[in-house]
Amino acid sequence: MTPLVVLACGNPSRGDDAIGPALLARIAKAFPELPTVEDFQFQVEHVLDMEEAALVLFLDAGTGDLPPISFTEVFPHKDTGSASTHAMEPSGLLAVFETVVGRAPPPAFVFCVRGETFGLGEPMSEAAVARLDEAWPLLGELCETPDAEIWRARVTVPSSAPRA
Amino acid sequence: MSSLETVAVPQKYRRISIDPVTRVEGHGKVTILLDDDNQVHQVRLHIVEFRGFEIFIEGRPYWEVPVTVQRLCGICPVSHHLAAVKAMDIIAGAKAIPPTAEKLRRLMHYGQILQSHALHFFHLSSPDLLLGFDSDVTKRNIIGVVAEHPELARQGVLLRKFGQEVIRHTSGKRIHGTGAIPGGMNKALTISERDEMRCEVDQVIAWARKAVQLTKKLFATNPEFYDRFGMVDSNMMSIVDDEGRLDLYHGGLRVKNAEGRILLDHVDYATYDQVIGEEVKPWTYMKFPYLCSLGPEKGWYKVGPLARVQTADRLSTPFAEEERHEMMQASNGRPVHGALQYHVARLIELLHAAEVIRDLLDDPDITGTDLLADFGPRRREAVGAIEAPRGTLFHHYRVDEEGLVDYCNLIVSTTNNNQAMNEAVRHVARHHLSGRTITEGLLNRIEVAIRAYDPCLSCATHALGQMPLEVELRDPDGALVHKVRKDSDAVSCG
Repeated sequence: MTPLVVLACGNPSRGDDAIGPALLARIAKAFPELPTVEDFQFQVEHVLDMEEAALVLFLDAGTGDLPPISFTEVFPHKDTGSASTHAMEPSGLLAVFETVVGRAPPPAFVFCVRGETFGLGEPMSEAAVARLDEAWPLLGELCETPDAEIWRARVTVPSSAPRA
Repeated sequence: MSSLETVAVPQKYRRISIDPVTRVEGHGKVTILLDDDNQVHQVRLHIVEFRGFEIFIEGRPYWEVPVTVQRLCGICPVSHHLAAVKAMDIIAGAKAIPPTAEKLRRLMHYGQILQSHALHFFHLSSPDLLLGFDSDVTKRNIIGVVAEHPELARQGVLLRKFGQEVIRHTSGKRIHGTGAIPGGMNKALTISERDEMRCEVDQVIAWARKAVQLTKKLFATNPEFYDRFGMVDSNMMSIVDDEGRLDLYHGGLRVKNAEGRILLDHVDYATYDQVIGEEVKPWTYMKFPYLCSLGPEKGWYKVGPLARVQTADRLSTPFAEEERHEMMQASNGRPVHGALQYHVARLIELLHAAEVIRDLLDDPDITGTDLLADFGPRRREAVGAIEAPRGTLFHHYRVDEEGLVDYCNLIVSTTNNNQAMNEAVRHVARHHLSGRTITEGLLNRIEVAIRAYDPCLSCATHALGQMPLEVELRDPDGALVHKVRKDSDAVSCG
């Protein structure tokens, strides 16, 4: 069993959509032993990447009303997802995990840094770059202590989904 | 072309807007104008985002482009990678691509087809097909399918995973791979990598065959409905090989009309801009391609799985060809044009891709190490084309003396299908919505027709908090009467 698997999504060439991959690159440099997965978006096959994990961390960019930096626990959520998109939410992945793998998913958390612009070919915004630096102390600390109970004490946004 | 495209006085009608149709794939919107009796008067599928692909590419060195273009689309980056590298083979002055290199490219491409088609069927279409168009909207998604059909869903996950492993082994990475380079490939396939995939591929073929059978069985329960839903008679275009067989990697363009008569055959795709024109309309960013010989009114066409299995004379692999043959026999040889038939064709192609992968893995050339062509003088202009999962994809480049791209034109599969998708939603609106009280289930039929084409409107913009779907019903004065909002967390009405 691997103590922690980190999955990041985003397109590095679409402005602040690069936030997830940028955070993942920092983790990979500081914690080279950690298994990491990067993709353009989360999809069903990523449940197989979580199969051996005791703990899962999702990294993604945020928009809208989300705070600049947020860390929250995420739970399996079956009443979620739309057939109108090629992507899945972390809560949906956890719901699929149980069926595909045959047991309850590991504890999972989402670390999200809010972005501002997502245009093709745009660089990351200054605000997002600054937030990456602001986010790193907490993110680095989390990766140093991959323990769900410790992480629960550090969440900044309570989860709205019910515990499975 | 349908009469529902433009109404004379749009202000007279109620407007329903489905906005946007997808999340990561860009911003699409459907607007429907109704009168007080709910009769449909105008239906349009709009693309409301300007993507700027060409600007993203221009100014970059040609050798970098096959890697860069993967960032255009998170759904099928391999298709852009290979279409670009086929053009850059010519720009770079590559002579004959070594057989091993071409077979590795094919392996990568068919892996891409397999994983993309698996995603489409198990993630996007199976919720509608297996759970029902009118089923609980909160459950009508992949998670609902997993709950109701766990073994099928598990197979879908493993099919997609297999396709991605094929891509990883051939391109070097799961995403952002650099496997194909101008003139060939930069990574050989090791024997252990080949053996790893070979061990799994027979199971993959078996699952693909089951998926085809499942869909056929479902469609047999109500053939009239499944045959006619979103039916749009049109021309069809795809790439075929020298013998007229389906070839998703390379060949000449073939066009058939709605009755199946060949209009164009073995056309060099480098001349695409002499064969295909693009009409601009003021209400959408996406252009409307058409055959120049027939003009915009009669020259629009379908691309993608349903077009491909019918423009080709046959498929090169036995199980898939058997299914294709049966599909054609069922319609007495006349081409089928119902939107939902895309799903059957897509699964036949998924099966075909799995069989081709097996055959390539069994080919001794696949583990060869002669990966790069010899090079002659560089060229300034080239076109690459490929059959991407959703249809024919053109990449056209010119470079300057320094080797920097100074002209780029891409016609992506979804653009090729623009008119066909518009006509399909008009057909559905006319036959399923007009005169009826509008419900979420009825509006979902519009989405079902669009999803059959599997549009991929942009690239992988991905961020938490976005809203993928909003349906608004407005009165003749534009005031909001009813709103249905769907996002990844919830469905709410108000």
